[in-house]
Amino acid sequence: MTGAGALRGVGGRAVLRRNSGRVFLALCLAAVLAAVMALAVLLVTVTADGIGRLSLDFINSYPSRFADRAGIKAALAGTLWVMAFTGLFAVPVGIGAAIYLEEFAPRNWLTRAIETNINNLAGVPSIIYGLLGLALFVRAMDLGRSVMAGALTLALLVLPIIIVAAREGLRSVPPSIREAALGLGATPWQTVWAQVLPPALPAMLTGIILALSRAIGETAPLIVMGALTFVAFTPSGPGSAFTVLPIQIYNWISRPQAAFQTTAAAGIIVLLLVLLSMNAVAVGLRMYFERTRRW
Amino acid sequence: MSAGAIARERVAARSRKRTLRRAKEWPIYAFLFACAAVSIVTTLGIVAVLIEETANFFGEVSVVGFLTGTEWTPLFTEKHFGVLPLMNATLMMALGAMLVAVPLGLLAAIYLSEYAHPRIRSVVKPVLEVLAGIPTVVYGYFALQFISPEIVRFVFGGDTSLFNALSASLAMAIMILPLVSSLSEDAMRSVPQSLREGAYGLGATKFEVATRVVFPGALSGIVAAVILAGSRAVGETMIVTIVGGNQPNLSWNPLEGMQAMSAYIVQVSLGDTPRGTIEYSTIFAVGLMLFVVTLSLNVLAQWLLSRFREAYE
Amino acid sequence: MVNRELETAERLPRFVREVLLGDRMAGMAEPEPADAGLALEVKQLNAYYGSFHALRDVNLGIGARQITAIIGPSGCGKSTLIRCFNRMNDLIPSFRAQGAVLFEGENLYGRDVDPVEVRYRIGMVFQKPNPFPKSIYDNVAFGPRIHGFKGRLDEIVEGALVRAALWDEVKDKLHQNALALSGGQQQRLCIARALAVAPEVLLMDEPCSALDPIATLRIEDLMRELARDLTIVIVTHNMQQAARVSDKTAVMMMAEDRAGEMVEFGLTNEIFTNPKDRRTEDYITGRFG
Repeated sequence: MTGAGALRGVGGRAVLRRNSGRVFLALCLAAVLAAVMALAVLLVTVTADGIGRLSLDFINSYPSRFADRAGIKAALAGTLWVMAFTGLFAVPVGIGAAIYLEEFAPRNWLTRAIETNINNLAGVPSIIYGLLGLALFVRAMDLGRSVMAGALTLALLVLPIIIVAAREGLRSVPPSIREAALGLGATPWQTVWAQVLPPALPAMLTGIILALSRAIGETAPLIVMGALTFVAFTPSGPGSAFTVLPIQIYNWISRPQAAFQTTAAAGIIVLLLVLLSMNAVAVGLRMYFERTRRW
Repeated sequence: MSAGAIARERVAARSRKRTLRRAKEWPIYAFLFACAAVSIVTTLGIVAVLIEETANFFGEVSVVGFLTGTEWTPLFTEKHFGVLPLMNATLMMALGAMLVAVPLGLLAAIYLSEYAHPRIRSVVKPVLEVLAGIPTVVYGYFALQFISPEIVRFVFGGDTSLFNALSASLAMAIMILPLVSSLSEDAMRSVPQSLREGAYGLGATKFEVATRVVFPGALSGIVAAVILAGSRAVGETMIVTIVGGNQPNLSWNPLEGMQAMSAYIVQVSLGDTPRGTIEYSTIFAVGLMLFVVTLSLNVLAQWLLSRFREAYE
Repeated sequence: MVNRELETAERLPRFVREVLLGDRMAGMAEPEPADAGLALEVKQLNAYYGSFHALRDVNLGIGARQITAIIGPSGCGKSTLIRCFNRMNDLIPSFRAQGAVLFEGENLYGRDVDPVEVRYRIGMVFQKPNPFPKSIYDNVAFGPRIHGFKGRLDEIVEGALVRAALWDEVKDKLHQNALALSGGQQQRLCIARALAVAPEVLLMDEPCSALDPIATLRIEDLMRELARDLTIVIVTHNMQQAARVSDKTAVMMMAEDRAGEMVEFGLTNEIFTNPKDRRTEDYITGRFG
């Protein structure tokens, strides 16, 4: 069918190709829709289950054998303590490692081994970190089942994430800035400290917040290294026993009574709200610094 | 002093200061290197800890018996140490999750990479990121309170156990879908635009370009993404612990409950197992298996990714 | 069901048709004689990227079975123009075209026209060779396969590679990866790939700019061969190439508002020896551009 009309693609095969394209697009959209729906259903289910149980009392009470009296005070406090110390260990070490790898490390086999190693560590299941924490921090270093041991365990877990995020931050600083500083006679460290690190900090900060928000949701490693599941006190120091929000939630989930399931849902809402605010802060920071970026 | 002497003095002083400065900085460099070395210490620590306790374990249990035995009852009085029920459960649940997440994730990735309008991308991508960021204990709750009763029981009948491998697989599928999708999408976007133009220039439709040029062109990157997602599913703990079942059960039936490797470790950890006992060392033996499997998958995926990047850079 | 093979074959030169159809040739019409009017007619074509006016009031007639060169300084819209001829600009979301590009009496920018069909009839070779990361055979076979040719792919592939003057160099390694070929060979592979769907017009967007001089000359020879059956439009920034290879030349310039305009169009000989427009003369004698 040459001549007028051939360009319309009305032949049988052209129609088949067009239609299979349309069917495929529909399938793709269905997949995306399924993912969006899954999230929606999950959030709606959890909220519907737990919102009734949410109250100031809930936040301010300790767990109890009685579902209607149980609260997340101990878990929230534990989470805050553990997160503080996790950040204390992981952030300097992570940034330090990133600075070393990005600014100072020679391009040799050792550096490549370190980088490959970090990539692999990022993929190790979190429960393995729990086993490491149990044997190393709790037992060998005799820190017991303390906030400190938990924080160290989680710090090792999120270290690869922080290193990657910090390196991205460092990479975003143009090389010309380094050249300018070195050209003026600054040592490599002075260059980094005074000229490279400050502009890289915002991007690093974003990554750090995201890494910590991952740590907040971690349950398995802390269970394995011995965080308790029934804690009726808030930690008094880095040496005390503790529980964290996700473990408390898990504890409630594993009780058969329906009332505890509701309590668990309420706990989940609190956890999700904490995560949401952390991510909002990270995104807000990113947007703010994008706007004030000077190059 | 003459002006020249003063100048020479000044230059000498300056270079002395500079050498002093650099000499005083070596502790900083040492600290930074130590930070980087922490990661190596971590890996060595993991390997050492796992191997040491597993060596204790294999002092009392035969390796062959462990790897091929079909009964796992280390906590009972009559002890059996065959790890196959745990391994089977982990693999079944992971494979089940992949069967759902990989097709859906790839379709979503192709859509985002080849079809989606930028505005739609800016909505869908955050949704996927949120899915990836939800703590696994929340997925466990969702599986127990919604997937099991409303979906699995709805389809398979009301007397199906609430704790079953299928519910765990479905929940894990939702969790790893974003991983499959975003890594595959990255791989597809690395395919140069010139290849797409070449195909369009021959009169190919968008569907043909996506499936016959872009997808094959990104294949090793996509396979790496799938393997990484699988490794994540194998290592997952809370979902399989909450809804997968807590009795070892060597079965092919996904509607039954079965205890996965990570779920076993949690079970023992929640109890009061004293150090030095055989039960204590079992969690390290099982942990070692988990570590070896996930490490192999990750190394394979990284190798594929490096080959993929070479091809396009 | 349209018989794509017959329809395509009608457009091919005799010797290739004999390979493809053998005894089905009986009863088919002879191909039209050379110098048969215009393959493409451009009427008052205006093109925009968003609010940027890229082409202004372009009028042009591309002669059938001739080589038409489009020359001009960087940024004058040559690539935009040639990409209008096969609707490739559609891939850019902000693109808009007004006016008409007539092909066999139909406006390529008409409402019901399917760009996929347009690109089947009007092929393109790009500036940087872009073979698919597949075997040589699969590269050439890609076009016929998606358009529904089931059998006789071997012959089509061979025919296309012969026409592209690449067959002798690759006939023993058809299943080797195309990326192992040299730059010049890759570009000839891309030409073979485009020829395999038997287009009536072949658009070439600076096809030699990424190649060395020897490879360039081989492709120029190839173009003259192909032009016996095929209409060729070539964009080039190399004036000597335009002078060597083309029958007609179109000169484009960038106006003050950065829109592209057709300044002069005519027989290549005349453009280069006796240009009528001052801007053409300036460009050709190298006073700017």
